Amino acid sequence: MKKQAKFGIGISVIVVALGFLAWLGYGESKTYYHTIAELETLKGSAKSQRMRIGGTVAAGSIRRFSGRVDFVLEGEGKALPITYIGSDPLPDTFVDKSQALVEGRPADDGRFVAEHVQAKCASKYEAAPGGTASAAPSSAGR
Amino acid sequence: MDVFGSFALILAFVCAVYAFGGGIAAIITRHPLLVKSTRQAGIATCCLIFLATFSLEYLFFSDNFSVGYVVAHSNRDLSTFYKIAALWAGQEGSLLFWSFLLAIYVFSVLVTYRNKNGELMPYVGVVLAGVQIFFLTLNNFVESPFKALAVPGANGAMDLVARADGNGLTPLLQYPEMVIHPPNLYSGYTGFTIPFAFALGALLARYPGEKWIHLTRKWTMIAWMFQSMGILLGAHWAYAVLGWGGYWGWDPVENASLLPWLTGTAFLHSVMMQEKRGMMKVWNVWLVFCTFLLCILGTFLTRSGVVSSVHAVANSKIGNLFVGFMAIVVLVCVGAYLKNRDYLKSENQLDSIVSRESSFLFNNLLLLVACVAVLSGTLFPVFSEWFTGDRISVGAPFFNKVNIPIGLLLLFLTGVGPLLAWRKTSTESLKRNFGWPLGIGLFAGLIGFALGFRQFYSLVCLILCVLVGATVVLEFSRGARVIRSRSGASFAASAIDLTMRNTRRYGGYIVHMGMVFVFIGLAGAAFNRDAQKDMRPGDTIQMGPYTLLLQGFETRPEKNYTAQRMLVEVLRDNKPMMMLYPEKRRFATTVENGTMVAIYSTLKEDLYVVYAGQSPETQLPVMHVFLNPLVKWIWFGGVVVVFGTLVALLPNRRAVLVLSGAQQAVGQALPQGLMPAVTMREGHD
Repeated sequence: MKKQAKFGIGISVIVVALGFLAWLGYGESKTYYHTIAELETLKGSAKSQRMRIGGTVAAGSIRRFSGRVDFVLEGEGKALPITYIGSDPLPDTFVDKSQALVEGRPADDGRFVAEHVQAKCASKYEAAPGGTASAAPSSAGR
Repeated sequence: MDVFGSFALILAFVCAVYAFGGGIAAIITRHPLLVKSTRQAGIATCCLIFLATFSLEYLFFSDNFSVGYVVAHSNRDLSTFYKIAALWAGQEGSLLFWSFLLAIYVFSVLVTYRNKNGELMPYVGVVLAGVQIFFLTLNNFVESPFKALAVPGANGAMDLVARADGNGLTPLLQYPEMVIHPPNLYSGYTGFTIPFAFALGALLARYPGEKWIHLTRKWTMIAWMFQSMGILLGAHWAYAVLGWGGYWGWDPVENASLLPWLTGTAFLHSVMMQEKRGMMKVWNVWLVFCTFLLCILGTFLTRSGVVSSVHAVANSKIGNLFVGFMAIVVLVCVGAYLKNRDYLKSENQLDSIVSRESSFLFNNLLLLVACVAVLSGTLFPVFSEWFTGDRISVGAPFFNKVNIPIGLLLLFLTGVGPLLAWRKTSTESLKRNFGWPLGIGLFAGLIGFALGFRQFYSLVCLILCVLVGATVVLEFSRGARVIRSRSGASFAASAIDLTMRNTRRYGGYIVHMGMVFVFIGLAGAAFNRDAQKDMRPGDTIQMGPYTLLLQGFETRPEKNYTAQRMLVEVLRDNKPMMMLYPEKRRFATTVENGTMVAIYSTLKEDLYVVYAGQSPETQLPVMHVFLNPLVKWIWFGGVVVVFGTLVALLPNRRAVLVLSGAQQAVGQALPQGLMPAVTMREGHD
């Protein structure tokens, strides 16, 4: 019985320690997904969380300024103006009517300030079979 | 040819249904003719799938643009190389390719064991046919790759049309690894079906002993090897093509490929407990079941886009079918287990915490925890939406926090485990086996610390890598020295001789060594550096010892794309060293671009240069430079892992001469490390 207790302690120490690390990592990296329509219904602190929003880039809406890129993301019949302020160049796949995933926070003036933009081309993109190819030089892993 | 292909697929489905239904009847009636006919139906299923796959490939090569799938993934200008790969460039073809690879395995199994293991094979055949039926259902009725292009005609009927040219292959996929990465990964995913079928078959048949483990060891290792290669090739592809400077981003599809690898690795180790001590029988059976389920889950995640990964297409049509199939598999597994669990009673118990058994136990525990962590992190958006209504994702910090310590603990066990004795290890043998490696490891750690390895995990990783490397080298040299003293052959020849006598053991050591190299490479990531700058011709970036000078730009038309590249001169200590050409490709058939990273790779570090696009601020071209230490070791380690697995797959050479020599030396104490080498194990199949 004593031996089994030893194993039990060893196993629980490992599992608990790793569980704690997982919890830390979760707190550090959790990101909410919302749709454009949901964004309007968010209240209070939920509105200042870091979040990801997906949609389609409205045709002809991409405007490049110095220090930022503005565009409009559409989805479920709603439109959301986005300001991209990240330092990375936008991905190759970011063009009119491409599907884009933006990550950032809503600003007070109704715009959404994005720090990262991932995009895939809606017309053509097919899954990379089992591949690890992610369609954009995304923020993942940094 | 498209009609031929679809007929072949339909016939394959019919044959698989017969192999399944007839197989069950054969198990009940035990009629020899029925057994034989269902086996042949299984073989016929495979041959028909081969025919269907070849006919799709023929459509690609004959530029038949009346078939939707060919139009979507090929064009006339596409090179031969990529026309082969176009087969698995899309959903329908990938699923057919899954069936194709599975058919290769099933065919080999049915033919290899056609006159053997008569009690077990009908069960195995039924399980295999069941899996094939699922994928053939997808191939035939949901995602047929042979659909012809058609437009609504004047009278309301559909008219067949043919296009002059196709859309071409997605630029991201036009890279050499596109041709070898998916086949490897899919061979891994499909290959785990074989041990699954044997495990489930043996459980259902109450097949005596550990025979099913001996039978499936080779198949499991083959699948594991392909899975390892597939993962590493995918990482390399991401590294060389995507241009974000890394090789692993904890993307759902990457994670999906890692999950069955983790449980598969656990299984490869824990079977030894069952073979040697008759323990962990329930555990092993469930590990195989889980590995298979995770393979299906991986295919499902990749193919259905249930987790918002940028590169998986949303397709709920096949999603429901996959969930249904997995539910059936779980039900069958649980049912079989509950019915026959008395057959899996353990023969022994754990004796000591410092023993081979417990090292396997902890190895399995850690791999399983890693698997659970990766799985829950990957599926977190799905589950959080179910439970809280919010879709929450977790990122790299979550995965890294859990998996880095697990990886290091596993690395530790890699060094320690193989040298511990079964049952109980004495303190003396601990000292004898680990004194030197531990000393060398700590010494290396000191040097590393002095040289600037201050990051905690990297320093631990360095110490462990040296420790494990030293134990492996010592094992080889100890055994080889004994053989050398008897045969007088050279040291290298003795080491090869040693390996060939117990390929499983020494092949395993080589695999461990390969993993050490992989870990060395991973440890380098803590020291990655990068710099990004808007560049005019004549501008420079300083990165470590290198100075990068942008000389200018060049535009080059190619067969189906236009390449624009930066001409970057690399200087070291102000002396010209070489030119690098990071490139952007603009494809004619799509609006997308491709990125070609320029990498100068040495064992010490990679200089990784990306033409990153246009700056949103200044409209100038942006150059992104990374200095990634030790990355090459990862790819090199992968090669060693594959080599080691191939060695472990070889049959043992019978050491007749040395055995007699050993018999003469009865009474003479043999060094510990040699014992297993001269005592032949019972021949595994």
